[in-house]
Amino acid sequence: MSFNSVGEFLAMGTHGAYVWSSYGISLAVLALNALLPILARRRYLQDEARRLRREESQ
Amino acid sequence: MNWTWFHKLGSPKWFYEISGRWVPWLAVAAALLLAIGLVWGLAFAPPDYQQGNSFRIIYIHVPAAFLAQSIYVMLAVAGIVGLVWKMKLADVAVQQAAPIGAWMTVIALLTGAIWGKPTWGAFWVWDARLTSMLILLFLYFGVIALGQAISNRDSAAKACAVLAIVGVVNIPIIKYSVEWWNTLHQPATFSVVEKPAMPFEMWMPLLIMVLAFYCFFGAVLLLRMRLEVLKREERSSWAKAEVRAQVERGV
Repeated sequence: MSFNSVGEFLAMGTHGAYVWSSYGISLAVLALNALLPILARRRYLQDEARRLRREESQ
Repeated sequence: MNWTWFHKLGSPKWFYEISGRWVPWLAVAAALLLAIGLVWGLAFAPPDYQQGNSFRIIYIHVPAAFLAQSIYVMLAVAGIVGLVWKMKLADVAVQQAAPIGAWMTVIALLTGAIWGKPTWGAFWVWDARLTSMLILLFLYFGVIALGQAISNRDSAAKACAVLAIVGVVNIPIIKYSVEWWNTLHQPATFSVVEKPAMPFEMWMPLLIMVLAFYCFFGAVLLLRMRLEVLKREERSSWAKAEVRAQVERGV
């Protein structure tokens, strides 16, 4: 471990703001990239389910 | 060498089935490697003797920059495959990989800017490495815009493939920019032929993060491509059966 306390870890020397904003932005972008295709697939299948129901009721 | 797999790639159904088996493994590998790399890089790697703790930004900056360039090379390769063998799956790969590549370039540019402030004293300089990375971002935007602007799928595929292949000249420019021009950007961290200049506790987490980003890209690309294949093949019987099966499972 290269830090002695949680406070020291969060402070990152004097570079806390730089390090944590970089990691925050990057992880948010990664999460967005993983989430979007999952939501798009769900939306597509829901639309298809609606279409199938409509066709069956006719 | 056995080329059956390559010809099978021409079959969307085969791709859909095989990729469904790969996604969970890639996703688990990405999550594990990311967790190990983040904890190791942020908490255990020793601080840099010159840059202090701001150097920890490289654990996301370098993997994102590697991936941004690799994805562009992949676009060019897929472009060639699409033009030469008329493989439809190649176009799906180009269209679905380009947005991920653009996001990786954004991560590389933003984290680089944030790191530049305490290290160089400026968020941005018009340096060869930074400028060529910005051009890479615009090339990605070009491929994405071209793919959406042309309504005929085959023409769009051709135009995107050509742009991807022409734009790939930018990749060696990015790579050698730190050697050809006087730049602020430090030279490459990793080399295939030499031992890393960093100590093991510093480069090992970096290697893990690079692998994590590649696995992440693999998983997200396959997820995106599977949905696109399902949409493009909606009239074929296998896609109809798959949609019906998914719908019955309750989504």
